[in-house]
Amino acid sequence: MQAAILLFPGINRERDMILAVRQSFGREPAIVWHKETELPAGTDLVILPGGFSFGDYLRCGAMAAQSPIMRAVKSHAERGGYVLGVCNGFQIITEAGLLPGALLRNAGLRFLSMDTMLKVERNDTVFTSKWEKGAEFRAPMAHGDGNYTADDAILDRLEGDGLVAFRYSDANRNGSARSIAGIYSPNLRVLGLMPHPENLIDPLMGGTDGKPLFDSLAAA
Amino acid sequence: MKAIVTIMLKNGVLDPQGKAIGHALNNLGFAQVGEVRMGKIIELELAETDAGKARADTEEMARKLLANTVIESFKVEIAG
Repeated sequence: MQAAILLFPGINRERDMILAVRQSFGREPAIVWHKETELPAGTDLVILPGGFSFGDYLRCGAMAAQSPIMRAVKSHAERGGYVLGVCNGFQIITEAGLLPGALLRNAGLRFLSMDTMLKVERNDTVFTSKWEKGAEFRAPMAHGDGNYTADDAILDRLEGDGLVAFRYSDANRNGSARSIAGIYSPNLRVLGLMPHPENLIDPLMGGTDGKPLFDSLAAA
Repeated sequence: MKAIVTIMLKNGVLDPQGKAIGHALNNLGFAQVGEVRMGKIIELELAETDAGKARADTEEMARKLLANTVIESFKVEIAG
């Protein structure tokens, strides 16, 4: 699995993502600046890390979604390539139309910096094969705009088609519709989620709850 | 020519900032305040003299970037 990690101005979680990829994949990810127009040849997985791209101006992820590299990311996704967007990365791929819905301001208006519990809705995808179905794991979250919203028809379709990847299982602190923390594209190859599995991949970080995400991808 | 784009969250989309402002106004004694919705206004200076063209261009800008039509609605005004 060859990964390319995208870098936009204001992104700050790329180092965590590099560590997670290095540890599980056993090879270095490529780092791709947002002004590039092509992904490195042989890229299997595009990762959009967390942070505050372009200062979250206008709307979270709105500017980054218009960056030159995003055209290449869309073609990659259309060809069936893998895409992982975490936190700001999730916001960017919803703004870019790779996933439906949008992330609104947290319902309680406060920035949430704490651990949450997530439930694995299905384990037959390239992102979740190393978990048991229904498993719960701890994941740090750090966001002001993580309140997932979409109209009822889209929410019904996501649930009916099994495209909900993770749900908040201890408390729905940001007010997300139907406690949704992460969703898949219809072909199950694009995943976006708000919490940060890459921040719990080593005992030194206090746990390895997030490691199965990267081990699953490594095994794909 | 100036274009003014007003962007609001769509009806039915939760507006926690509007809600907080409403609570604060109630606490200040403005008991008559019911629902509050908050949006944003973006003013654009356009090198364009045709009002119709200015409106069409600005609407395209709103759809492509200024508003996220999944959650927001927008209104364009052209001021001479």
